[in-house]
Amino acid sequence: MSEHQFRTRDELDKDARQLLSEIDVDALKPKDRAAIPQQDMPSQNPVDRRQNMDEVTLGYTEAQARLEALRCIQCKSAPCIGGCPVAIDIPGFIQAIVDQEYHTAAQIIKRTSLLPAICGRVCPQESQCQENCTVGRMLKDKFKSVSIGRLERFVADLDRTSSEAATPDVKPDTGKRVAVIGTGPASVTAAADIRKEGHAVTMFEAFHKPGGVLVYGIPEFRLPKKIVEEEIDALVRMGVEIRTNYLVGRTRRLTDLIEKDGFDAVFIGTGAGLPRFMHIEGENLVGVFAANEYLTRSNLMKAYDRENAATPIFEPKIVAVLGGGNVAMDAARTAIRLGAEEVNVVYRRTRVEMPARVEEVDHAEEEGVKFHFLRNPQRILGDENGHVCGIECLAFELGEPDDSGRRRPVPIPGSESIIDVDTVIVSIGNDSNPLIRQTTPSLETTKWGNIVTDEDGKTSLDRVYAGGDIVLGAATVILAMGEGRKAAASINQLLATET
Amino acid sequence: MHTILRKEQLSENVYRLTFDAVDIARERQPGQFMILQVDTEFGERIPLTIADADENEGTVTVVFQVVGETTMRLAAHEVGDDIPAVLGPLGRPTHIEKFGHVVCVGGGIGVAPLYPIVQAMRNAGNYLTVIIGARTKDLVILEDEMRALADELIVCTDDGSYGRKCLVTEPLKEACESSEKPNLAVTIGPPIMMKFCAETTRPYGVSTMVSLNTIMVDGTGMCGGCRVTVDGETKFVCVDGPEFDGHAVDFDNMMRRLNAYRKHETAARDTCRVLRTPDAAAKAGTGDAT
Repeated sequence: MSEHQFRTRDELDKDARQLLSEIDVDALKPKDRAAIPQQDMPSQNPVDRRQNMDEVTLGYTEAQARLEALRCIQCKSAPCIGGCPVAIDIPGFIQAIVDQEYHTAAQIIKRTSLLPAICGRVCPQESQCQENCTVGRMLKDKFKSVSIGRLERFVADLDRTSSEAATPDVKPDTGKRVAVIGTGPASVTAAADIRKEGHAVTMFEAFHKPGGVLVYGIPEFRLPKKIVEEEIDALVRMGVEIRTNYLVGRTRRLTDLIEKDGFDAVFIGTGAGLPRFMHIEGENLVGVFAANEYLTRSNLMKAYDRENAATPIFEPKIVAVLGGGNVAMDAARTAIRLGAEEVNVVYRRTRVEMPARVEEVDHAEEEGVKFHFLRNPQRILGDENGHVCGIECLAFELGEPDDSGRRRPVPIPGSESIIDVDTVIVSIGNDSNPLIRQTTPSLETTKWGNIVTDEDGKTSLDRVYAGGDIVLGAATVILAMGEGRKAAASINQLLATET
Repeated sequence: MHTILRKEQLSENVYRLTFDAVDIARERQPGQFMILQVDTEFGERIPLTIADADENEGTVTVVFQVVGETTMRLAAHEVGDDIPAVLGPLGRPTHIEKFGHVVCVGGGIGVAPLYPIVQAMRNAGNYLTVIIGARTKDLVILEDEMRALADELIVCTDDGSYGRKCLVTEPLKEACESSEKPNLAVTIGPPIMMKFCAETTRPYGVSTMVSLNTIMVDGTGMCGGCRVTVDGETKFVCVDGPEFDGHAVDFDNMMRRLNAYRKHETAARDTCRVLRTPDAAAKAGTGDAT
């Protein structure tokens, strides 16, 4: 945070070691635990990281992790578990950290979560496990809760690099075959759970690399691609087959997978892949991009590596990013790293209402991203060559709460102002991709194009299940994983009843 | 694996490749395209329209012009080499029915994607006028193939070195003015040509379908890079197209968007040429197969 002076990982570690040596672990009362200072996440210096794509956060040191774990009072009610979409035994793995049983801690997490190294990095813990943490409530600040996500990452990273990391057991072959469409978080979770039961699993990915949003959407500096590759490799070691460059709906119709190719069940986890635009004047000018395009060019296509990558990326000077979610932060911070002189985030509500994680907003601000709150673009202005030269924004004030419980922004008449920019990155969300819907008329969808499922994740088609953003609308990695897990359980149950 | 079975150089910068793609050959319909990559680590994804396919052989054919780094590297591929990534078929197929008189206009490399549409229009029982245009005689492609299908074939070159010396819009206008006024015009070629074809047919009320080839990354609706303005609305070429009503497309906007990376492409092509020593060419040819 900006009021903090930047401290290196070594400095944070030194303090943690000192404090740890002064604590009598066995004598700690809940009040003492809550009084242990929350451990800051070590990170790259903002000045340096503006210039590179390396991961921003560096992970706790062992001393920090133990101190942070000691902050947990092991309360009986464990509200953290209820806040976790996959119900990890959080007090259990935290106690294992206190006991320095790190492998055990990893095993506890892996009982219910397949991708801890990823979730420890990208989950919005402040609105999930950490939201109702008893320690946070004692301190009357949910941001002072036990840093469960950072601890999860600590454990997962140790586990990744240790030789003890094992491939999950797979039951003997059942002779059943399941198709999983998409290779993002929902699909990866579903594939693993189904494969564990001994069914053959084939995953279909439209891109040339698996991982979905983890690969094309989330930047390297927030989630190193090596980690995603390791998770995918684990699936392959379990015997999951991955077919890239295969677009179900076009390369093969969904129904043909069952009727002609002999799959016994299908899971659709294709995500929310159709960028939303604002339908304002000028949005097709040269220099206006969907965040999806900008991020995909940089992440999946590696356009940031100008020496090697064939895919070009627009080189902006002054950028406006429209939107206030994590994707907007990712786009803004990518633009900074690609050499933009000035990056402006334009959001129609205030900082408090931003859907982005607080940590991402803080990181963006540290890196020099400017925020314009209570502003909404009315039109994008172009020069005589059809290139972006500015955006005209209207100022807003907050009125009554809307359906989402957030106060609705109300325009202030006559408050138009212009920000001079040469690039606009639109990051106001995604709608569901229409491809499977268009090519599978019998599949029931909502008027927004999301696939309709019952509580078991089953769609209107026999043997076809769905989960993740294609059902929920754009949500989070961990919610998608929870959905994948639920549908996988239903598929396993269906296949178990058939011999 | 997408192993190249046949390679032909049709003109100075235009190549025809036929390669294995069993799934695409089975599913593809006229008007659809694919996305290709010659290197899955750092390569670019480029859209290419399917020029032909053979379901029995399990192959598809593309015709492409060398314009940037990727097409240059693709052109360096030889028979027996593999193309590491091919996705398709993409886009909505052409609407084929018996319209009556259909004029099909192809310009330059656009004659290639026009071919399967001409085939299908033929099979649907239409009377076909095919107009193919090129800058000069050496750049005329697929003339024999088209002649075999068309009721009437008109070849034009800009310099008059072959066929009529005129732009394709001239015979198109004549067709619109003839007693057998076309029920439909289909035009594929450079954006500027499609724009003027649409302007030519507009006064005669001849509905005109154009097939757009815009900048794309994924080709599945995810990136939005391919968007065009059609009738004042934003459309995605990859999932809403690639074919649109030519009278409703904002071609000027589309042409500007196509040029967004022109500087980069020119630089890449120049670098690529400089690097085209035997070593570099060998690397481009075999180093990508994964």
